[in-house]
Amino acid sequence: MQSLEEIKTRAEMEVPGAKVEIVPNPGPANQPSLLLDHQHARAVALFLRDDPALKLDHCSNVTGVDWPDRKVTKKVKVKKLVDGAEKEVEESQEEFFPGYLEAVYHLFSMTLRHGPVVIRLRTTDRAAGAHLPSLTPIWRSAEFQEREIFDLYGIKFDGHPDLRRILMWDEFEDFPMRKDYREPDDYEYEPTPHDDVLEKAKQHYPPRPQLDGAENLTAAQQQ
Amino acid sequence: MNNEIDEGLRSELQKRGVWVTSTQELYNWGRKNSIWPLQFGLACCAIEMIATAASRYDLARFGGEVFRPSPRQADLMIVAGTVTKKMAPQIVRLYNQMPDPKYVISMGACAISGGPFKQGYNVLKGIDRYIPVDVYIPGCPPRPEALLHAFMELQRKITGQKLTGDDKAAHLDREQPSEFPVPAFGAHDLEPPSNPAVFRPPQLERT
Repeated sequence: MQSLEEIKTRAEMEVPGAKVEIVPNPGPANQPSLLLDHQHARAVALFLRDDPALKLDHCSNVTGVDWPDRKVTKKVKVKKLVDGAEKEVEESQEEFFPGYLEAVYHLFSMTLRHGPVVIRLRTTDRAAGAHLPSLTPIWRSAEFQEREIFDLYGIKFDGHPDLRRILMWDEFEDFPMRKDYREPDDYEYEPTPHDDVLEKAKQHYPPRPQLDGAENLTAAQQQ
Repeated sequence: MNNEIDEGLRSELQKRGVWVTSTQELYNWGRKNSIWPLQFGLACCAIEMIATAASRYDLARFGGEVFRPSPRQADLMIVAGTVTKKMAPQIVRLYNQMPDPKYVISMGACAISGGPFKQGYNVLKGIDRYIPVDVYIPGCPPRPEALLHAFMELQRKITGQKLTGDDKAAHLDREQPSEFPVPAFGAHDLEPPSNPAVFRPPQLERT
């Protein structure tokens, strides 16, 4: 199979205006992926599916990923005037990375027996902008998995033929796989609580009686 | 009415070919030997339930082989498997559609308490939050022998049920409810999260 760099340049040649970015993966899997832009995602996907050298006709897996907002504090050495003399002072700077949601598609070729090629789509933010173009028109097998991502992460796939919740009930409003989701508090009966469950169960414990030592006295002493 | 028969007199009469019984005993003997379960399974426990009903373990020996596809014809609900919050209202509705007298076996860790999924957002922490349970079977999943044991415990319970008096069986008591409110799908959880008329967890002593 062609290298990811080759696929990227060929896709950008084939689809005018498309921006494809290679996302490196520094982990042990070392599986880099292609980040597609929203506007040309479907055209690039069509190219990946139909190109005779690639023929990625099988979308085996679609997953959601939640990247919440994060702040990174960095220590930067800055030159400053201290008491009239210029000195190098360490200052901590805070950098803010806005969060986003991702859909990751794993593609294989049944005809040419190669793969996987991983492609990603990113939303602009985690609230109103959580929209992505649906790739179900390209790979039919993405239909249920995109519905699952919509259900659990709250990404709306534009152009999906039947975007409804698939696992939770229709009246449900939360997105349980997001990192800031908190499950309903039904910890009132935990016979063997431990760790973080213990902390949640403790909220339901009856308050301890206030002891002042009088309960240890016998009846004779109390008189 | 005194239902008690002297055991010595009864066995003495039996030796002479006279069989003595009471309406209550006859009635309960008939009921306990033809418990028809409702045919539904929720997860892997259902596989063990199927094995129990099949020839090797043969639930028919206890008169429980007639699995009914309709709740209207069933006496026993075997809650075999994980009860998700999406499934719980349907379970309660099926229970409500069963005619009295009806019994519930809570089979496996999931049906008792949520089991390994207890802290999940989508699993009910035990079916006893919404309907009364007669026999609990621990295990993950319980072996067919355990389900047979639960079945025998249920038969024992039916044998001991009184037809009259203050401590008569619940299905003969007009005061006792036979249907329970079906929980509604809420925005964050089932509403209500449990039925306080049914679910009364024991107060744990904390030291």
